[in-house]
Amino acid sequence: MAEKVLMKGNEAIAEAAIAAGCRHYYGYPITPQTEIAAYMAKRMPKIGGVFLQAESEIAAINMVYGTASAGYRVMTSSSSPGISLKSEGLSYIAGSDLPSLVVNVQRGGPGLGSIQPGQSDYFQATKGGGHGDYHMIVLAPASVQEMASLTVKGFDLADKYRMTSMILADGTMGQMMEPVSFEHIEVKTYDKPWALTGTRGKRKHNIITSLSLVPKELEEWNFSRYERYRLIEENEVMYEEFMMEDAEVCIVAFGISARVSQNAIRMARAKGIRAGMIRPITLWPFPKAPLAKAADKVRAFISVELSMGQMIEDVELATRCKRPVLLCNRVGGMIPSPESVLAKIEEAMGGDRT
Amino acid sequence: MSTTQILIAGFGGQGVLFAGKFLAYKGMLEEKQISWLPSYGPEMRGGTANCSVIVSDTPVGSPIVTEPDVLVAMNLPSFDKYENDTVKGGLILVDSSLIERKAVREDVSVFYIPATRMAQEAGFPTLANMILVGKLLRECPEMGYENTEAALKKVVSAKHMDLFDLNLKAIDMGYRFA
Amino acid sequence: MIVFEKPKALTDAPLHYCPGCTHGIIHRLVAEAIDSLGIEGITVGVAPVGCAVFAYNYFSCDMVEAAHGRAPAVATGLKRAEPENIIFTYQGDGDLASIGMAETVHAAARNENITIVFVNNAIYGMTGGQMAPTSLPGQVTQTSPYGRDTSVCGFPVRVCEMLSQVDGAEYIERVAVNNVKNVKNAGRAIKKAFENQINKKGFSLIEVISSCPTNWGLTPQKALEWVEEKMIPYYPLGVYKDRSAGFVYGKEGAAR
Repeated sequence: MAEKVLMKGNEAIAEAAIAAGCRHYYGYPITPQTEIAAYMAKRMPKIGGVFLQAESEIAAINMVYGTASAGYRVMTSSSSPGISLKSEGLSYIAGSDLPSLVVNVQRGGPGLGSIQPGQSDYFQATKGGGHGDYHMIVLAPASVQEMASLTVKGFDLADKYRMTSMILADGTMGQMMEPVSFEHIEVKTYDKPWALTGTRGKRKHNIITSLSLVPKELEEWNFSRYERYRLIEENEVMYEEFMMEDAEVCIVAFGISARVSQNAIRMARAKGIRAGMIRPITLWPFPKAPLAKAADKVRAFISVELSMGQMIEDVELATRCKRPVLLCNRVGGMIPSPESVLAKIEEAMGGDRT
Repeated sequence: MSTTQILIAGFGGQGVLFAGKFLAYKGMLEEKQISWLPSYGPEMRGGTANCSVIVSDTPVGSPIVTEPDVLVAMNLPSFDKYENDTVKGGLILVDSSLIERKAVREDVSVFYIPATRMAQEAGFPTLANMILVGKLLRECPEMGYENTEAALKKVVSAKHMDLFDLNLKAIDMGYRFA
Repeated sequence: MIVFEKPKALTDAPLHYCPGCTHGIIHRLVAEAIDSLGIEGITVGVAPVGCAVFAYNYFSCDMVEAAHGRAPAVATGLKRAEPENIIFTYQGDGDLASIGMAETVHAAARNENITIVFVNNAIYGMTGGQMAPTSLPGQVTQTSPYGRDTSVCGFPVRVCEMLSQVDGAEYIERVAVNNVKNVKNAGRAIKKAFENQINKKGFSLIEVISSCPTNWGLTPQKALEWVEEKMIPYYPLGVYKDRSAGFVYGKEGAAR
């Protein structure tokens, strides 16, 4: 596709996955991400790929586990309640060091919650979600173009580090349409000598497992996995600064919250308030360094999120609580208005807190 | 430098999303920054549906239109809900065959178009949305008629090209409505 | 001269199973089938959670360890990725008929072209002898200490009878390994289940009635007698479905 096309965020993810060489998709219907499955159902049979509607999210993630074991790029997608069901599989995939791409187009929770946008799976995505010590690379798109580009990036990082990349989007990002281009997609391939291709009588059997009953061995295994995580924290952090050069107040926001905050920052600037934003693109690894640096120059931070305050904890940690961190949030499918973010900016500028 | 925030609202099935898509494509062809955001979920099937479209010379921040520059009201609940949100000096297009009351606001330009009746009489009862769009192109200086055919080609799916002419007719009818 | 040899499809790793456990026999039957069909190099096995969790150490083909009950889904992912490879799962009763029931039934419904070896010993072995979905009425286990009371915990699940009614399934047979004749028959059935896959016929499941002397609290010999006297009457042996041969249990009579 040479020109820009108008696409829903969900469709952009699907098309980008195909462009990135993914030919296996397993999923189960759930709003607001079903367009991904529908798109795959239409396209995969035409390009020799596999689309399979699984009997449950649990089955879908385990099909992902199987296809990843065979060495193929593979993905699944869901929304919040479905991701809870997939958490078992995500832990196993982490424990077995398999690459996969998982999309969470978040909705309001907990429980069945709503079908409107949410960001309250932040903890679940960035702190594990499933059992055991593990991380996923968590990518937070804030435009339809990023829904596409981060999907490609996600597959690459997953293969590179043998782990799950999660696209943590929300209902707005999934449902909105913006122009998107699929040009300049570079697909890197990685050797997968560990893959279960069949020994073909040429090598000893490969085993993929997350089990180790010898504590010392399992400890070593965890240590080496965390060594890999450390490299990711060093090398793969992505974020975007918006009007931060002279900012006195720093908003931290991702996805739809970042889009709303952009409006609020422009409104603040029009009033003479120097607001700016650091937008994490990777939520894990979290952009700790730029936030720590910002803590030396801004008066306050504002975490804008569609949750009761989850990312705010990481902002406080990254900035070592050097400056006050305010929360500006809506939940249950509600989205803060630019005006409410502006009000929070004004509040942050209110007293002299230094 | 301008940004036009458009909110199209009505019942599911009135073509609210389609009308928005047309406007988004038109903006895209004119190399503007655009976004299109539907309401989604069960309310789309028969309940109220709305669609936010932003066409701008600068990158679009929030894709959610809460204070429209242009409101297209295709049923009474939508008119009741969004009339007050429309910005001062903004534009409201009312399908007067479905909405009997007049606007309360005096600081906005309001046009009453009996779009549903016009569409029925013209033999394409499902295209009241595009009649309203035609009027929008006429009354909103940032939009204009240019690229209408090209944008329409993008949104009318290849399978339904027979509907292209009818859509164009509907837009023209709205554009010429006085 | 007949020399006793270990099948090539088994590694040299010593099995960890309890004395008198029939997992060893069933492993061997699977390995013999793989050997005789010459498919080791293209076979990928899926190990369960349960006593056979370490099956991945014992089979010489590529192996993956699945989460509890999810082996048919993992096998689906492997098979859809490499349709020419031979994929089998090896699962116990808790894994397949309790926590993994949905995965089992839906793999069958899809006629997933895989081979499932289902080992039914009517108890949870690895966790120390709790009631299984296939524990018999009245059977004493750690979690049914007064005997399985069907008014409280319901009835055992007869997997073959159930799956025989699933349109997608190709081949369903129940066998046992409590005597030489049954062992030989089980070997034939397992081989057929692999052949079906090679011939792209689809979902084949062989239920193997097994014994668990340790958790049943019986000697190995007594355990085999218990299989004959208690298990087999509740779980009759035979073919429950053979679609290619036009046979469906119930419709065409009893298992044969």
